[in-house]
Amino acid sequence: MTKTIIPFGPQHPVLPEPVHLQLTLQDEVITEAIPAFGYVHRGLEKLAEIRDFQQMIYVVERICGICSMIHAMCYCQGLEEMMGIDVPPRARFLRVIWSELHRIHSHLLWMGLFADSFGFESLFMQCWKIREKILDIDEATTGNRVVISVNVIGGVRKDLNAEQIHWILSELKDVEKETLRLETTIMTDYTVKKRTVGKGVLTRQQAYELGLVGPVLRASGIAQDSRMLGYAAFNEIDFAPVVETDGDCYARCKVRFREIFQSIDLIRQAIAKMPDGELAVKVKGRPEGEVVSRVEQPRGEVFYYIKANGKKNLERVRVRTPTFANVPALLAMLPGMWLSDVPVIVLSIDPCISCTER
Amino acid sequence: MFTMTPTIMRNLLNPPATRRYPTVVRPPFENARGEIVNDIQICTFCGVCAVKCPSQCITVDKKSATWTCNPFACVYCGVCAESCLSGSLHQKNDYRKPVREKTMIVLQGEIIKKEVKSHEPADVPQE
Repeated sequence: MTKTIIPFGPQHPVLPEPVHLQLTLQDEVITEAIPAFGYVHRGLEKLAEIRDFQQMIYVVERICGICSMIHAMCYCQGLEEMMGIDVPPRARFLRVIWSELHRIHSHLLWMGLFADSFGFESLFMQCWKIREKILDIDEATTGNRVVISVNVIGGVRKDLNAEQIHWILSELKDVEKETLRLETTIMTDYTVKKRTVGKGVLTRQQAYELGLVGPVLRASGIAQDSRMLGYAAFNEIDFAPVVETDGDCYARCKVRFREIFQSIDLIRQAIAKMPDGELAVKVKGRPEGEVVSRVEQPRGEVFYYIKANGKKNLERVRVRTPTFANVPALLAMLPGMWLSDVPVIVLSIDPCISCTER
Repeated sequence: MFTMTPTIMRNLLNPPATRRYPTVVRPPFENARGEIVNDIQICTFCGVCAVKCPSQCITVDKKSATWTCNPFACVYCGVCAESCLSGSLHQKNDYRKPVREKTMIVLQGEIIKKEVKSHEPADVPQE
């Protein structure tokens, strides 16, 4: 049988963002997959040379359109560590609330796209309908739907009043109820299982050796989550990573589905334990030194390296996003799979290409 | 196999989750960050908004007393309105309406008059 080379992407109905995979096929079975990036590179790291370190908060926030708040939080935490700033406790709890809201809407978005990848259009609509409630919470509390711009170096810009907190809790109750309705569909439906169980299996050893992060790693049985580091206020609330052991697309779906409920629980805990107090401390001086900051995004661990030399502009900002770490998983998962499984497997790592290329 | 059926039935019987947008508009949230408005009568043309803007969509010229904003480059972060010293800049809670042509917002202030006023006491003795 001769080999056939099929291009998958950069424009493909299931891909929300452009990535090109060159698939080598033998009959309909994939023997090799070579990814190619570079379609949405924007040079955001380079912008650090012309935007000052305060403006860069809003630049790094725009690296990703889904987990924007978490990018800004990671950047701010890095600079706070470098400048020796103690963030007020209320600000740390507010950061937890908004970052977990981002995780919920990212996972719901992903679940919709994932359902769409195996042609389950109705489930896609249901997930995105629920997600809209979270976006409304974001807009009502911060001003914007997705890129919420609440972080500043030294704290946060917005506060939640008692009325808003009450409303958030009641909305979350609705979100929880409506997501639970999807549980039987996602966890037991014949179509979902047929398309995801046993596809793209990664063993615990493989996941560890490939250096994967986030739900892809946790679905292979490794309990590793950056939130265990206890950044923001995660050290003050009960948290244990969600782990599945099967390592296939179905397990990754289950991890993300369970993480939605975990995030709702974390928000409730944070609201219950949130102390009163100021929102931000004043920042004096300019940063100097270098720092590494890590936080957990919906897709996995994001890594910021920041180097400053006491000037207005930072010398270097380097971002390692979770998708960059998870792409090697694709190369391990795809060979041996059918061509028709490619969309499901590619989406199971929750690729965020804009993040990866920055 | 029919696990989705109750949901589908519910959706069939319930009203649609979406709105018929141009005719039915959701009222904006109170704190939503929308269009930037500059009250040019109060503006002192200090230029803090232009310096702080992360997308550099604002240009301020003190000499000619003009305040220019490119609303299509604005990212609605609200930093300018927060840092405005004179309190002239604020954000509406509604988004800009879609337009057919991209135009800049150019506001002409009257700072030159104020300068004349400040010179008036000096001019009076000369007369």
